[in-house]
Amino acid sequence: MSRARRLVPALGLVPFLLYLLVFLVAPTVTVIVLAFQEQGRFTLGNLQVVTSGTALHALAESLVVSVSTAVIGAVLGALLAYIVVTMPERSLVRRAVTSLAGVLAQFGGVTLAFVFIATLSFNGVLTVALKSAVGIDLYGNGWLFGIPGLVLVYTYFQIPLMVIVFLPALEGLRPQWREAAVNLGATTWDYWRRVAIPLLTPAFLGSLLLLFANAFAAYATAAALISQGQPILPLLIRSALVSEVMLGRHGLAYALAFEMVIVVAVVMLAYTLLLRRTSRWLR
Amino acid sequence: MRRTSPAWALTRGVLLVLFAVFFFGPLLAMLDYSTRKDGASGRTGHWWSQLVTNPDLRGAIITSLLLALFTVVLMLVLLVPTMIWVRLRVPGASRLVEFLCLLPLTVPPLVIVVGISNVYAWVTYLFGDSALTLTFAYVVLVLPFAYRSIDAALAAIDAATLSEAARSLGAGWVTVIVRVVVPNIWSGIMGAAFITVALVLGEFVFSSLLHFDTLPVEINLLGKSQSHTSVAASLASILFVSALLLSLSFVGRRSRGTKGTTR
Repeated sequence: MSRARRLVPALGLVPFLLYLLVFLVAPTVTVIVLAFQEQGRFTLGNLQVVTSGTALHALAESLVVSVSTAVIGAVLGALLAYIVVTMPERSLVRRAVTSLAGVLAQFGGVTLAFVFIATLSFNGVLTVALKSAVGIDLYGNGWLFGIPGLVLVYTYFQIPLMVIVFLPALEGLRPQWREAAVNLGATTWDYWRRVAIPLLTPAFLGSLLLLFANAFAAYATAAALISQGQPILPLLIRSALVSEVMLGRHGLAYALAFEMVIVVAVVMLAYTLLLRRTSRWLR
Repeated sequence: MRRTSPAWALTRGVLLVLFAVFFFGPLLAMLDYSTRKDGASGRTGHWWSQLVTNPDLRGAIITSLLLALFTVVLMLVLLVPTMIWVRLRVPGASRLVEFLCLLPLTVPPLVIVVGISNVYAWVTYLFGDSALTLTFAYVVLVLPFAYRSIDAALAAIDAATLSEAARSLGAGWVTVIVRVVVPNIWSGIMGAAFITVALVLGEFVFSSLLHFDTLPVEINLLGKSQSHTSVAASLASILFVSALLLSLSFVGRRSRGTKGTTR
């Protein structure tokens, strides 16, 4: 077969590749290139903006939210996943939890913000109920609409996500390994410390990274919950994007978006590497 | 299998109840909040009726449903033939296609929005300033999830043998794809379609920053003036999407079951 004839089938991929070139690759490259440009010329000036006080503060707060919700989500999610694997495989509760985790992990966006507005805002159901029953003021100074509120709301989808990504690793722990350890004289504590935890650590760290990236890039819930100020990076990008038309600050939004894509890409790369390590002994 | 000790069974039960309270309590609170009279005691269906009677909200719901439909169609047209074609004729490109399909997981939607203004200037020029042009961006957003669903279904069948059999009986490539392979990966296609609908109905990043009135944008807007209506619309959206995703896990389970019986 000639070289040309072998290339003909590859033509079938052209529409797909062109589409992704226009709607995925071009926007991404635009962000990366324009983060280093000002009026058509190369510049590192936009990076100064990224290291300015406001931007660094937003990055720090974003890291606080992402790290804390990733850790809380990972610990509680791993606990829930462990509860699930100790149940019989055919148990109704086990199947319900795994199905529901798949649904709840997709929650997010504006609707999730209103889940908690209905519950915990000034007129929220729980706020009103606690105030009239025991006189506790749950609303306080409006913490729900700041960083603490964000942490609580993000936890709502982080825990189920952890269950989904960590469950395969827990299910992969074979009972034979435990039996082998016990036959060799190990106690339950020995088994966990020397066999299970070392095996699960890469999977746990990988899941932690995925949860971090998930929270770091989340935008909609924060945008719906926090209407004043730009305390976290995604909201700072919003304000840069909305105001750039008026103020002519073209570079700012690109530079901040570049910062975000770098953080997420590095974290996702580490996640992929850890996942590869886990899949070596899984199955 | 180890026997479950009573102490652990009790701890497990308590913890499960606590998790259930955390996840379902707020949803019940939504139901309560959205049927409550504003500033008075008693129940009302007023906020829920707004879903139909409020023209802005109704319009946004219709827009979002149409977007979901268009995105499903365009996603399937773009992805299904490409993935089958890669498997049958260009296996060397499978890593590239996988990489591109999973790339939106690494590039956050917010970053794509920041960089897409030039592309959308062209889209608006060619197709007009309609919210339905969001379809183009949404196809990219749903790609990783649709890809996984279809890829799992394709991996479960022997597409090469099926297509050779059909080809030797005189079928053309279109027939092979549409009438031989597609019916065999139907569960994967349904899964991809369901998750696409779920994601499109909740999408906020593109629609709000490109200034189109979809359901989440309208819910957010109404939240300022009549939060009860927003909560009702949110709960309706959550229930609808949950039903879709739950049925998805049943579709998946059934297809795994039939695979076991046919082999």
